[in-house]
Amino acid sequence: MSSASSGSALWFLSRGTGIVSLLLLTAVMALGLLTRGGRAIPGLPASAVTLLHRNASLLSLAFLGVHISTAIIDPYVSINVVDAFVPFVSAYQPFWLGLGALALDLGVALVVTSLVRVRLGLRAWRAVHWTAYAMWPLILVHGFTMGPDIRSGWLLGLSVISIAAVSLAATWRWSTLSASPR
Amino acid sequence: MTTLRVDWIACDGRGLCAELAPEVIHVDPWGYPVIASDSVPSRVLPHVRRAVAACPTLALRLVEPDRPSERR
Amino acid sequence: MSGWDRLLPDSGASGELRDLAHHERIYGQLDLRVSRSALLSAIRDSGLTGRGGAGFPSSRKIDAVRAATGSGRGDSIVVANGAEGEPASDKDKVLLTFAPHLVLDGLQIAAKAVDASEAVVYVHEGPIVAMVASLVSVRRRAGVDAVPTRVVSAPAKFISGQESALVSRIEGGLAIPRATPPPIYQRGINRRPTLVNNVETLAHMALVARFGADWFRSLGTDAEPGTMLFSVSGAVQRPGVVEAPIGVGLATLLQACIVTEPIQAVLVGGYHGTWISVTGDDRALCDASLQSVGGRVGAGVVIALSDATCGLVEVARIAGYLANQSAGQCGPCTNGLPAIAAALSRLAAGPVDASLLLQLDLLNRLVDGRGACRHPDGTVRMVRSALSVFAGEVHQHLAGVCTATYHEALTPIVPSAHKSFVGASS
Repeated sequence: MSSASSGSALWFLSRGTGIVSLLLLTAVMALGLLTRGGRAIPGLPASAVTLLHRNASLLSLAFLGVHISTAIIDPYVSINVVDAFVPFVSAYQPFWLGLGALALDLGVALVVTSLVRVRLGLRAWRAVHWTAYAMWPLILVHGFTMGPDIRSGWLLGLSVISIAAVSLAATWRWSTLSASPR
Repeated sequence: MTTLRVDWIACDGRGLCAELAPEVIHVDPWGYPVIASDSVPSRVLPHVRRAVAACPTLALRLVEPDRPSERR
Repeated sequence: MSGWDRLLPDSGASGELRDLAHHERIYGQLDLRVSRSALLSAIRDSGLTGRGGAGFPSSRKIDAVRAATGSGRGDSIVVANGAEGEPASDKDKVLLTFAPHLVLDGLQIAAKAVDASEAVVYVHEGPIVAMVASLVSVRRRAGVDAVPTRVVSAPAKFISGQESALVSRIEGGLAIPRATPPPIYQRGINRRPTLVNNVETLAHMALVARFGADWFRSLGTDAEPGTMLFSVSGAVQRPGVVEAPIGVGLATLLQACIVTEPIQAVLVGGYHGTWISVTGDDRALCDASLQSVGGRVGAGVVIALSDATCGLVEVARIAGYLANQSAGQCGPCTNGLPAIAAALSRLAAGPVDASLLLQLDLLNRLVDGRGACRHPDGTVRMVRSALSVFAGEVHQHLAGVCTATYHEALTPIVPSAHKSFVGASS
């Protein structure tokens, strides 16, 4: 009885932190696109956008940590540490879980390269950072397919809002990019 | 004497540095940094470090006194 | 014969010195068997300084490369820089045209001095590339050279001759400057220690190796020994390249090129140089004498401006040219030089509000020292000296008056083609 309730608590915790991670990473993605615009957003200092982008990404990593560890500990589904990092090898939902694992790997690479950006040099850092464009859709699909009740509730709404936010930021970025050559 | 150096070829004039360390970094009419003083006062060093780290093109460099750059 | 014609003797005026045998008859054979230490001390004692503009002591440059070579960065490489960007300077081209073997001898001497394994002649695109290349192969067949030499060319742009642009070009890239540190004498072409010398410096070095330091020092001043190739243009009847001892009087030099009208000012050191007003006394053309007016001999460019010409019109033209020559890599230079040129054009046209001068002063300060190379700094130096030398004319222009009577363009904007040199002895 007690194991069942702690099991469901873990499940809720995992799911909750997963959703928060998705929202945070959506914000990270949008902010990242805004900084790449190269043009200041009126009333918002470029440094603030960059700082927010950075801090939100670190925060999302913390939430991801809880999301993943609770999913592993949770006895209801059999996911182990290897499944979390190596894509498409888990017994449970290998493909949809694998997308999450892939996104996690990319995320770790993004964070690590950003922390050593000065030492790494701009070219290598930028090359790795481009994979962020792949990471975010992976997370979106992972969340959409792994959350069983997503189609019916407010989660669907959150996903739609996330897509809208990133699309808006992307539009802004490309529009300024065409305005200035760099 | 800690000084700030700009890699002018890399600098894109995004202006983050001037936002983060306005004490020593101003911007010119085209958005490029103007280093206001030859040496960075230790009091504003934390701000300057943040500015150096935040530069999107890694164009800003802090030259520490113990490691003087070879040539201007 | 005045004895000034070391690099450009009258006997070479129709190009005979391009013939290796003739060159060896005049100067003697290149002897590379001399010990390195003897060579190094001869160069040091000669007091030879770089003739490309910076005027840095050649022996110290050699020492710097030798020090870097010692630390296991691979063999060093030597470069003869004949890609001067100065439209008003012809001496690199004239020297390579009339006394190319002296330059190639000097390149071998320099290679020996730093123990280099490779030599490069760096020139502007044009017929001179094939000419030098053919002489290099003549020398190879004759077994004159110890180190293999190749010729690399770059577009005839102002900044092509800048050292980091040179390194970039010889590595196979574009001839545009790079962010500098580490210095190229430590890590230059393909990360090897690189010795870059102006072609004239190398020609002098070839003579120092042959005739010794004392001979070299017998002309010029004690602090700045030797002769120099001056490129004289502007309000003279016979513009061209004149070899004269460093410290020669300005009036003497101008007279050698035949002056027929009063000269109000000269631009010394090229388009990155300094305007100085010409007064009654004959100013010596050496750094020691020019320092007091903020000038330097640089690469020996002297442009004479007659009383009848408007200095501000010339300055605006030169500034416009220099703005155009920016590689467009650094923000302050890309934005600032056109703004400076535009302000100078307005001043040249007149009348304008006096606030334009404040604006110019601000622009100068915003550009000075804020680039990867010295192009912005040099431009500002020239503009500032002009505003001070032509201060009287500036005030006339503010009111819409120009005192000049002659309005034709004076200063060359593209490298001129004249291939003659003016024998100083004539």
